[in-house]
Amino acid sequence: MKKLSARRRHPLAAVVVLLLALAATGGLYAAFAPAKQAQADETSQSLAIEEGKKLYTVGCASCHGTGGQGSSDGPSLVGVGSAAVDFQVGTGRMPAQQPGAQVPKKKVIYSQKEIDQLAAYVASLGAGPITPTKQQYDPAGADAAKGGELFRTNCAQCHNFTGEGGALTHGKSAPSLEGVDPKHIYEAMQTGPQNMPSFPDTTMPEQQKKDIIAYVKAVNGDETESPGGLKLGGLGPVSEGLFAWIFGLGALIAVAVWVAAHTAKAKKS
Amino acid sequence: MSSQHNPEETLPSEQAAARGTVAQADDPFADPGLPAHKPRIQDIDERAAKRSERVVAFLFVLSMLATVAFIASFVAFPVDKSVFIWPIGHISILHVSLGVTLGLALFCIGAGAVHWARTLMSDVETADDRHPIEAAPEVKAKVLEDFAQGAAESGFGRRKLIRNTMFGALALVPLSGVVLLRDLGPLPEKKLRTTLWAKGKQLINMNTHQPLRPEDVAVGSLTFAMPEGLSEHDEDFQKEIAKAALMIVRIQPNEIKDPRELDWSHQGIVAFSKICTHVGCPISLYEQQTHHVLCPCHQSTFDLSDGARVIFGPAGHALPQLRIGVNAEGNLEALGDFEEPVGPAFWERG
Amino acid sequence: MSTTTATEKTKRQAPAGERVADWADGRLGIYSLAKANMRKIFPDHWSFMLGEICLYSFIILILTGVYLTLFFHPSMNEVEYHGSYVPLQGVLMSEAYASTLDISFDVRGGLLIRQIHHWAALIFVAAMLVHMMRVFFTGAFRKPREVNWVFGFLLLVLGMFTGFTGYSLPDDLLSGTGVRFMQGAVLSMPVVGTYLSMFLFGGEFPGGDFVARFYSIHILLLPGIMLGLVVAHLILVFYHKHTQFAGPGKTNTNVVGMPLLPVYMAKAGGFFFLVFGLITIVAAIASINPIWALGPYRPDQVSTGAQPDWYMGFSEGLIRVMPGWEINFAGHTLVLGVFVPLMIFPLVLVAIAVYPFIESWVTGDKREHHLLDRPRNAPTRTAFGVAWLTWYFVLLVGGGNDLWATHFHLSINAITWFVRIAFFVGPVIAFIITKRICLGLQRRDAEKVLHGRESGVIKRLPHGEFVEVHAPLDQADLHKLTAHEQYAPAEIGPEVDENGVRRKVKRSEKLRAKLSKGYYGEGNQIPKPTAEEYKEITSGHGHH
Repeated sequence: MKKLSARRRHPLAAVVVLLLALAATGGLYAAFAPAKQAQADETSQSLAIEEGKKLYTVGCASCHGTGGQGSSDGPSLVGVGSAAVDFQVGTGRMPAQQPGAQVPKKKVIYSQKEIDQLAAYVASLGAGPITPTKQQYDPAGADAAKGGELFRTNCAQCHNFTGEGGALTHGKSAPSLEGVDPKHIYEAMQTGPQNMPSFPDTTMPEQQKKDIIAYVKAVNGDETESPGGLKLGGLGPVSEGLFAWIFGLGALIAVAVWVAAHTAKAKKS
Repeated sequence: MSSQHNPEETLPSEQAAARGTVAQADDPFADPGLPAHKPRIQDIDERAAKRSERVVAFLFVLSMLATVAFIASFVAFPVDKSVFIWPIGHISILHVSLGVTLGLALFCIGAGAVHWARTLMSDVETADDRHPIEAAPEVKAKVLEDFAQGAAESGFGRRKLIRNTMFGALALVPLSGVVLLRDLGPLPEKKLRTTLWAKGKQLINMNTHQPLRPEDVAVGSLTFAMPEGLSEHDEDFQKEIAKAALMIVRIQPNEIKDPRELDWSHQGIVAFSKICTHVGCPISLYEQQTHHVLCPCHQSTFDLSDGARVIFGPAGHALPQLRIGVNAEGNLEALGDFEEPVGPAFWERG
Repeated sequence: MSTTTATEKTKRQAPAGERVADWADGRLGIYSLAKANMRKIFPDHWSFMLGEICLYSFIILILTGVYLTLFFHPSMNEVEYHGSYVPLQGVLMSEAYASTLDISFDVRGGLLIRQIHHWAALIFVAAMLVHMMRVFFTGAFRKPREVNWVFGFLLLVLGMFTGFTGYSLPDDLLSGTGVRFMQGAVLSMPVVGTYLSMFLFGGEFPGGDFVARFYSIHILLLPGIMLGLVVAHLILVFYHKHTQFAGPGKTNTNVVGMPLLPVYMAKAGGFFFLVFGLITIVAAIASINPIWALGPYRPDQVSTGAQPDWYMGFSEGLIRVMPGWEINFAGHTLVLGVFVPLMIFPLVLVAIAVYPFIESWVTGDKREHHLLDRPRNAPTRTAFGVAWLTWYFVLLVGGGNDLWATHFHLSINAITWFVRIAFFVGPVIAFIITKRICLGLQRRDAEKVLHGRESGVIKRLPHGEFVEVHAPLDQADLHKLTAHEQYAPAEIGPEVDENGVRRKVKRSEKLRAKLSKGYYGEGNQIPKPTAEEYKEITSGHGHH
């Protein structure tokens, strides 16, 4: 008995047990999951909600209330859905640092797993838009040209022709879409974060959202070509005008100074 | 009377000095005259001159090479291939190579010519005399005399009938040109007062081209609509959508402050003209928390929860609202046209 | 040999060039023309080349513009796009927009020429403004050059409108928004607004005509007038001969510099290539008006950050900051919110254009001026110019208020209010500050003339005091710093004549006297040192 207990206390025992357990769960899951998926999901779901609630109490409750009912410092989260949480926390906007005209994008402080747990908890407070799956938002194969037309009708008025962003009233602004994850673009359209209106599936079906994402990635992605050269911020005539004055006319005047200057005279010889 | 404030009196007294004809010996500020020419290194050192010559020739040769490179690029590079150049980005290889070679070819010609002028051509400064622009009195007298003679010979002043009828004819003849411009366009009539909207026309979602249903429109969402029967392929689509474009939002009925707005809405769904009443930009920067809508062109701001009243910016009046309801199929429909002209204000708007 | 054969022989031996010149002279009189102009003297100063930048960019615009007309279709017929730019495949657009896409993506070198054309346009107008400011601040507009000032001003205004009609041609979403703005402004005109709008657009906005109409205005009407004005402007420059700054040997009756042939032929000719080359390189590396990213025009679509090209920016500022006043009476609407800016727009430009005539009225000076003023020596003029530029710049800020807001994290409403206030206050403050700076500089010049320039050498006097040794100026510098003229303020004169009869003083006379005092009265210019003062001080130093 002593021997056994001694062996059990071997330093590696915990690791071995853990590995075995993981392998067993993995194997069992692989074997039985398809059949029992619903059940498994339900349990993991309730676990996630449990975890999410803990995270929520620590990070969010001070503004949004202990039950997500909202307070003077933050809106109610009942019915905002998991997509809203995934967007707000996944882009670092939440938790907010300070009140202001608008909560800006920041460094993300939660891991994706924690975000999912938070989202699960908030989703449990009331039905709302669900975090999209990759299949929903992946722009591969979508029609960028159609997306462009939709973008110019629905999005460009705030986010600029190619999604460089723009000003709203009283210090608020529509952010740049450069480098924004397709999932987050999708969620923003679905949920309408902060002052952005939402574009729900009833008025803008899933496929059209994909088309829009495809367009944004085509005109403002890492690989986007700018055949004419420097984009100058993609802001249009203001930055072009500045460039023309500073580098165009500036260079020409520098040349004019050279042309008109008197050539250096030889030292007395 | 007028001689007392003759402008000449206020003129500087020392014109003669400023015009620098004679330098008085005792005037310390007198014009010392053009300084003597100092030679450049190229003027005295043949080797320096040769060096300049080589630089000029080098620039001209560089220009020739650049032109050859331009033609080579034109032939060699495909029109649709791009290349990454830091810090420019993904640029068309044909475009950048054509531009840089052409720019270089032109610039080198200029640089060569200017360097030639600056270093090898004479830089001795010389003075040219100016001559007064005004004619001498004799010339002026002769011209006036000639004119008087010509005028007298024409009888222009004497035969008033001829003069006056000629003026009349010359004044009238341009009218033909003005009349010809009449057919540039139709008269305004009531064109700016009406849109395609009419009683019973369904609201068609601009995205899906399907009729909108009240349950589709969520609180906080933004949707754009056009009248049933209009298609993007129509010949007059641009003209019609310029007046008929509609912006649809849903506001909790208890948040709507304007009673008429609530009356014209359907369960909080309100439809406003998308065309700004300032100068006609499609206005649609809707902030769903404040219900403010901002024009991206000139920042007119309207409050959609208060009859789209102007709360900031240069617009002069509220956005027109379209009265909507639901038809038998459960789709949103217009209950008539806008009751006032949409878009920018004009004189006859009233 | 007889003499006739001898002359024939020399004729035969004359070089080919001379024989061609002889032929031309017999028909065009080129020798007399060349006699007056071939060795014409031009003064050297970098700021005298600003006008050349304008001229050359104008030539570049014509050359590249002609090329673009070969490929551009000025038509608003609707087509479905099937060219090489993928994100617009199948999109409905006008032929004008589609052909501009083709120029950008399918014509080899088309994009380069388009970008040269557009960059040259921005630089053309910018250079005209800078050139005009050079002429303004140095007083080069004075007699006999007032007419040429007006020609130049007209070129600036026409250049702005040629630019506007030009960037509207591709029928893209950005320029279409600008055209819509123009239509809204036309509509605001009392009585005639709706009629003008219908005639301009061939019916309701946008109709199917404006691209074709703007096209003929852009490529024929306006540039035709401009070409005529440019030629007249240049002829007058030649005829008046160039102005120059005061300096040793440079007087009001001569012009000092180097001859047209060969120096200025090479410098000015070379400068054309330098300007063309530089603009081409700018066009090669920097994108301008990427219309494919903007999309085709639709009156129900828009993008934030909708601005005109920079030279229309001040009008954009005017329209953005104007409060939305509207007066309704007797079934009519007076759209002050749009109409007032529409009227101030020409006033801003005219304010600077009429200045030379006001100044010449105030001074009453009827003489020719060929020596340039240093801006400090005309403090009121310089202050007026800076005030005008401040006004212009404040409006430019207003025209870009949304980009200021996003890039400096400000509230767009706060910027708009700032511009509303600065529109009135800014120029006044700029005027006062500039005038004070000019007077300070004048004082410093006077100081320099009388006491010499600071040598940087510190000397200790026997009683222990440290002083900086001032080196006297040489005569060339003394002349340069005292060459400017100073006017005396005009007086109204006694209101009662010698017979005791009150004479009527016209209001304009009073105004003129008042202005003249403001220009040249006490405290508005620093009297320049006189030869006596100088001698007294320098002789005193001699005794020291």
